[in-house]
Amino acid sequence: MSTVAPPLPYRVADTWAETADTRSIELAPVGRELPSFAPGQFAMIYAFGVGEVPISASALRGRHGGLVHTVRAVGAVSTALYRMRPGDALGLSGPYGTGWDLDAAVGHDVLVIAGGIGLAPLRPVVQAVLDRPAAYGRLAVLVGARTPADVVYRDEIESWRGPARVEVTVDRPAPGWHGAVGVVTTLLDRLDLRPERTCAFVCGPEVMMRHTARALLARGLAPQRVQVSLERNMHCATGHCGHCQLGPLLLCRDGPVVGYDRVAQLLLVREL
Amino acid sequence: MSTDVDANAFPSAATDGLVMGKDGMAALVDVLIGRGFTVIGPTVRDSAIVLAELRSADELPYGWGVELEAGRYRLRERSDGAAFANAAGPQSWKSFLHPARVREWSADRVEGELVLTADQAVPSRYAFLGVRPCDLRAIAIQDRVLTGGAYRDPVYAGRRSGALLIVVECTEPGATCFCVSMGTGPAAGPGYDLVMTEVVDEDGHRFWIRGGSQEGAEILAELPARPADPETRETARAGVTAAADRMGRTMPEADLRELMAGTLDAPRWDDVAGRCLTCGNCTMVCPTCFCTTTEDVTDLTGDHAERWRLWDSCFDLDFSHLHGGPVRASSRSRYRQWMTHKLGTWHDQFGSSGCVGCGRCIVWCPVGIDITEEAAALHDWTRSGTSDGAAS
Repeated sequence: MSTVAPPLPYRVADTWAETADTRSIELAPVGRELPSFAPGQFAMIYAFGVGEVPISASALRGRHGGLVHTVRAVGAVSTALYRMRPGDALGLSGPYGTGWDLDAAVGHDVLVIAGGIGLAPLRPVVQAVLDRPAAYGRLAVLVGARTPADVVYRDEIESWRGPARVEVTVDRPAPGWHGAVGVVTTLLDRLDLRPERTCAFVCGPEVMMRHTARALLARGLAPQRVQVSLERNMHCATGHCGHCQLGPLLLCRDGPVVGYDRVAQLLLVREL
Repeated sequence: MSTDVDANAFPSAATDGLVMGKDGMAALVDVLIGRGFTVIGPTVRDSAIVLAELRSADELPYGWGVELEAGRYRLRERSDGAAFANAAGPQSWKSFLHPARVREWSADRVEGELVLTADQAVPSRYAFLGVRPCDLRAIAIQDRVLTGGAYRDPVYAGRRSGALLIVVECTEPGATCFCVSMGTGPAAGPGYDLVMTEVVDEDGHRFWIRGGSQEGAEILAELPARPADPETRETARAGVTAAADRMGRTMPEADLRELMAGTLDAPRWDDVAGRCLTCGNCTMVCPTCFCTTTEDVTDLTGDHAERWRLWDSCFDLDFSHLHGGPVRASSRSRYRQWMTHKLGTWHDQFGSSGCVGCGRCIVWCPVGIDITEEAAALHDWTRSGTSDGAAS
């Protein structure tokens, strides 16, 4: 075959607001269905006539059994997706990329650290650990957001308390906020970490991941025990368009999830 | 066609080859057209030697050479009438195998449904006449990038699988050539269907031609040619050997991958950034640069949309765009991305260098930036001691 396979047609089954500029959309196949996604893998989502963006799955099985993505309206395509309502048609391809290595965390304490919408690709990690509590040690989820109103999945985060240690911090508090204030790394100080028995999963803005990873290393975690999900401009998701390079890595192919040991030096180089 | 054929598997006519004159070249083009190929080869157009469809061998650039320097390309008339005594022109074969513009699929909105349709364009079956050894390697590199991984680019694969590669060994390198440094020429490496070496001397104008695949051998059998005489073979070999000694440029003798990885903070990047216009010419003329972007277009009805794929360049500010701005905002970082990828991180990603030493990026840079000069400057910097701590 010398033709490029187009995305598969999907339909919006449900959509709901997460924050003022962020919505989740649950998708159902119109005909053929994509293979199942692993936590941390992403889809290319096509908005008719506007374009395509890579977005990690934020839940592998939503309220209606479909794949869920959480989109923040920042560009033309993500705004088009943000505005979609049940019944709207879109195109979907995937799953792409290397997801979180959950096998590496079996038998270990799991530490999930998210900045802003970075919690979206980590939510399947939390769900996977909660689904199999016997397979893992302790679970802690640390969440940082700009303001209390920017915390995504607020109700669900509350439901994790109990089986998991959950801490939330914001950069700028608002009236009524009684939680922590400051960057997400400050939450680490409150944890009773067992560094040799812990696997950390980190996603958020690159500067946040860099500081978080360094803080984890300072607490004694080995760099390969820290996984980060990196973002670059992606057009093809198949390693052919070249946009997602970070030094030796093609992040659509070698990531988006990579061990911090592979990228620690790269993240220190400005504009790489 | 097969690219992994042992030349020794063919009869002596293939290994020792045949010799043909200009009439043989004319017949070759006719045979290829007769077999249904679209023949692409060098021809003179717009004061340059370009790659275009050939209807007959008369269109080959007989009697034309080129003068190359950093930022300079000029045609020059030759007295010997040679067809292939000219180094790389502005184009490479990627224009045909990995076209600058491709429609990938269409989307139609029909009563609320999204109907997505693959593009059904059937590619030509190309015969590439006059592929240089450096460009033969460039094709092998693009093969690996676009079809060697978990995903195959179907557009490239479709065009490549039917392509016949007829290599002409290099006897006339340009002042900007450095294939010897990169181990890609001037003699042909593996992967061709036919290979020839052009000889012009007192015994006449002729081509020593050998087969490299079953199909190449079949075509060879249809040509008016005679068994190769030892003198022609020796003269041809000597021409190629002499070419190796006449390279205009050379890369520093260093592990280029290590050199690139160890010099990301070198002050030389500021120096080259002061000259680089970030025009992207080097990426457009490079035979291995493969980067693309996508463009989604709609028609006036708003119910029909198309997905197009276009060549892109890492020198474009939008190339590294993320919400919040580009990752590589400075020209320093964009030139560094291109050169460190080409010579360094390409090894990590695809198992080889991305540079074949064709020199096109030097010639077609409007300000004459020279990748070999930049590599040498970085190499000097690592050896000067000023790099202590930064180049480790």
